[in-house]
Amino acid sequence: MSKKPVIKLDDVTKIYPLPAGDVVALDNLSLEVTEGEFVAIMGASGSGKSTLLNQIGCLDVPTSGEIYIDERSTSEMNDYELTELRRDKIGFVFQKFNLIPLLTAYENVEYPLVVKHKKRDTSGRPEELLRRVGLEGAMITHKPTELSGGQQQRVSIARALVNDPKILLCDEPTGALDSQTSSSIMDLLTELNEQGRTVVMVTHDLHVAEYAHRTIRISDGKIV
Amino acid sequence: MIFSDILFDLARRNLQLHSLRSLLAVIGIVIGVLAITSMGILGASLQASVTDQFSDSVNILTVSSDSRGGYDKITDRQLKEITTAAGQSNVFALNTEYDRITVGSEMGFVGITALKPEYMSDLLELSSGRFPKAAEGVAVGQTLADEYDLKVGSRITIGKDDKEKRVRVLGILKNTGFGGVISTDYSIISSERWYFSVYGDTKEYDQVAVQVRDMDDIDSVKESIETHLNRNRKKVVTIMDSRDFLQAVNGVLGTISLFIMAIGGISLLVAGVSIFNVMLMSVNERVKEIGILRSIGTQKQEIRMMFLYEALILGFTGSIVGGLLSFLGGGAIVYLMLNDLSCLFAPSTMVYVLYGVIIGTTVSVLSGVYPAYKAAELNPIDALSAE
Repeated sequence: MSKKPVIKLDDVTKIYPLPAGDVVALDNLSLEVTEGEFVAIMGASGSGKSTLLNQIGCLDVPTSGEIYIDERSTSEMNDYELTELRRDKIGFVFQKFNLIPLLTAYENVEYPLVVKHKKRDTSGRPEELLRRVGLEGAMITHKPTELSGGQQQRVSIARALVNDPKILLCDEPTGALDSQTSSSIMDLLTELNEQGRTVVMVTHDLHVAEYAHRTIRISDGKIV
Repeated sequence: MIFSDILFDLARRNLQLHSLRSLLAVIGIVIGVLAITSMGILGASLQASVTDQFSDSVNILTVSSDSRGGYDKITDRQLKEITTAAGQSNVFALNTEYDRITVGSEMGFVGITALKPEYMSDLLELSSGRFPKAAEGVAVGQTLADEYDLKVGSRITIGKDDKEKRVRVLGILKNTGFGGVISTDYSIISSERWYFSVYGDTKEYDQVAVQVRDMDDIDSVKESIETHLNRNRKKVVTIMDSRDFLQAVNGVLGTISLFIMAIGGISLLVAGVSIFNVMLMSVNERVKEIGILRSIGTQKQEIRMMFLYEALILGFTGSIVGGLLSFLGGGAIVYLMLNDLSCLFAPSTMVYVLYGVIIGTTVSVLSGVYPAYKAAELNPIDALSAE
């Protein structure tokens, strides 16, 4: 039995209209990522790899073409539905962690659960996930600014996992970390992938890309 | 409605993070609410105090000649007609003359009202002494007595030059404020006999008071006098009951208090502008955070709620504090103007505190609407890339 494509892009074009002329960020790009895959997207800056990640993450809609997430077309979805899709199917891990500074580590992880269920969590899942990524005890009551970069990235991975998404989208997840912390974060992502989660990661670090099963190179909005 | 208290916490914590700025915005609302509520309390207290003073004389109708009809006084014939029309009610004819008085070396000008001695006890109340029975003396109002240091037994000279008359003070009247049919606080009450002997008997009267026995009859008596005297659509007399006067005074007071509340409202408007400004700053500072919240699945309406919570917290806090302070502020103004705080905690006064809190909170929340909308409509990608 062949595995389902959890992400599918059909002839996706994204054009940014600018006064100096349109910029084609993605040019008729097609891509399929099957469930459980670990894919690295590489490319120079300006190649369109961040645009591609934004499209997969449903943060933006394509100018033309079709995007399927978990076999559902996103082209007919409104903002509300796209937001729900991001909340339930996709976990984001950013280069600069992007934790909410006003919330504690625990609350940052709890947040997606609260917006999903409209109530505070009673299941204990945020603590469990924080323990799995290596944070426990008093540490989870700290605000992000009181944590190290590696710890913040662990919190952000726990946050990405809390609604049990099928897809983990990582934008330069080790870009702001030293090499030792980077490899422990990559080990964590590998472990999550081995547990069956699809991971798509943008990076320009060859060493980091080696963790992936498949590497896609992008140039001028096309896969090369 | 979506209510996830984590959004409320976020709003609260953001305000705490910028505590000075939040405090200043709250102070604006406090001042605004304090201004409108204190003014409202003052207006309500004035009305309550006026109503209170009128309630004593509410069963009395006053009939006077309609000056537009060309008559200045009520004639003897009209008095008889009024008496007939009034049925069982007591009818008192009153005459008032203004004259000079001299007490020792002090001189002044006061009204002297003549009344039949047998009616005095029905219309007036003594604080000391007795009413004049004939031409042996007069009764004076409390305020007048205080000013000239008059006591029962004191002597007053009324009139000037060769018409001077010396009379004895027989009684001092209780103050009635706005209340009485005739304002007696600063006047002299004499018997008709004395009055006619000094000013002559013209068989005409300045005013006729009709004391209705039963409050429920006041409208029918009024109508009866109206139909008897103002025949053929010709308005000969004007009939006022104290309710009309009360209504007129309260109407004016209501307009005045609305006007001063509107002036207070300007400060609330300014406070609203400052909330608007604080909220816009808050949105601009948190663009990145909004981007993160949107990317991890926060709906637009939840972003809107988060910012409206901020405006709500600022407005509600400020309004409650302003409402409480307005008891002090309003109380101080009322005390200065009326020397009486009994009206301050009346329901009609308290309702202004409630209005103040509601208006203050509403103004704040409305000021937050545009910033909240602006925050919710940010493009997630642009917001995420903000630094």
